[in-house]
Amino acid sequence: MFDDFFIRALFVGIGMALVTGPLGCFVVWRRLSFFGDTLAHSALLGITIAYTMEINIALSVFIISSVVALILLKLEKTTNLPTDALLGLLAHSSLAVGLVVIGLIATIRFDLMGLLFGDILAVNVNDIIIVWFGGALILLVLKLIWKPLFASTVNYELAEAEGMKPERVKAIFTLLLAAIIAISIKMVGLLLITGMLILPAAIARNISSNPKSMVIFSVIAGLMSVLIGLFSSLEINTPSGPSIITAGLILFVLSLIKIKRSSQLKS
Amino acid sequence: MENKNNLLVKMENAGVYLNNKWLVKDVTLNIEKGKIITLIGPNGSGKTTTAKIALGLYKNISGKVEKYTKKIAYVPQKISIDWTLPIRVFDFMNLTSDLQNNETNEALEITGAKHLINNDLKSLSGGEFQRVLMARAIAKKPDLLVLDEPVQGVDFTGEIELYELIKKISETLKCGILLISHNLHVVMSKTDHVVCLNGHVCCSGTPISVANNKKYQELFGEDVSKILSIYEHKHDHKHGVDGSVEEN
Repeated sequence: MFDDFFIRALFVGIGMALVTGPLGCFVVWRRLSFFGDTLAHSALLGITIAYTMEINIALSVFIISSVVALILLKLEKTTNLPTDALLGLLAHSSLAVGLVVIGLIATIRFDLMGLLFGDILAVNVNDIIIVWFGGALILLVLKLIWKPLFASTVNYELAEAEGMKPERVKAIFTLLLAAIIAISIKMVGLLLITGMLILPAAIARNISSNPKSMVIFSVIAGLMSVLIGLFSSLEINTPSGPSIITAGLILFVLSLIKIKRSSQLKS
Repeated sequence: MENKNNLLVKMENAGVYLNNKWLVKDVTLNIEKGKIITLIGPNGSGKTTTAKIALGLYKNISGKVEKYTKKIAYVPQKISIDWTLPIRVFDFMNLTSDLQNNETNEALEITGAKHLINNDLKSLSGGEFQRVLMARAIAKKPDLLVLDEPVQGVDFTGEIELYELIKKISETLKCGILLISHNLHVVMSKTDHVVCLNGHVCCSGTPISVANNKKYQELFGEDVSKILSIYEHKHDHKHGVDGSVEEN
């Protein structure tokens, strides 16, 4: 049952869940889920560039996602369009440009399904190293900016007035999002990556009463999704990435029961 | 960054020009340690804007602002918190600082909000939330405390208590306080320096001199005589249910 590829998949999945848990909390708190989507869509362009120029996929995706994030921040300031419109514009146009570029470079054989949904069972040792080292780095930076990031999430002006530099931590957090997408795109694919960010945090929100417990529950929910998803994909032969997300969905539905209970208690 | 003359913030002809109009202009004032400065003025006169200039929340301002401290606590006029966040009073108290548990408890005790410490922030009423905001600011033991309408939603007796408390804070912490208030007659007797705003500094000085100032009287009309009498005779009046003043 425990073939080598499966162990590798487990390692990568667990590494991802440890990072997407805490990051996902901030994505939910700051209402950035669509922003994560946009970055993930732009990742396709990054992957294309990586293939054409023969550079590392994670690096290329990170650069393109960061550029798209910076463009967004710039457009937010210079246009009168609402952020959701800008996000849609960037998401779809970068996806389209990515596909057009793929079309232009006919020599490269692409597994488009693999890009959209990822293939966690095909990861190699290199991927494990990238996920664990990259993930550790992301968590370290997140820990360093935790206080100002959380304070400015609660109230931007209050944080700024009391010297927490919210603009700077916002930019750093954006880069962290680009980074997690870059290191995990190969495993879950660009359509499911925001699911990995949002589902565990959403499950955790339903069952926690303070920020710290939400982060812990979010990590646990992510780990459970990965384990249940991967094992069931092996047992019943379903695609792994989507199985992980489906497991998360089931956990989310279960977490609703707790909400229902506690609201009944109150009334 | 010690300063000889206890200066915390120095504003010279400061102003903000946004969307083709001046929110406030030519404001000159000094905030000093141990002193309470009160900003008064009608709605839209630039009180909050002036406070935000002092806090450094505007990127492009005209004039000059110099700040000599980084230990700042801010109680904003309104605060909207996104309820996607699970956050208790305890977490909120530690938002921008790492307090010892007894510091948190003490500050909440002072503002009468200690029993709320484990409550969810969203379950608080307006008045309770205001007390928590004050407690958070006090617990930081700041050099500069900026209070924008700190007693909103607090019931009347609580309001008096909180103003007494503000006075006490400035004495015990020796911090400078910039206070914005609508409730002129309560504030006046507690404050060292009053700045009356109406898009610019309309007049400023000691409370009594401002109350006597013609420009101020034009701005606030008949309220003035009440304030003057109260200020001069201190507490020889009663208050109606709505907080209005009933002469004896």
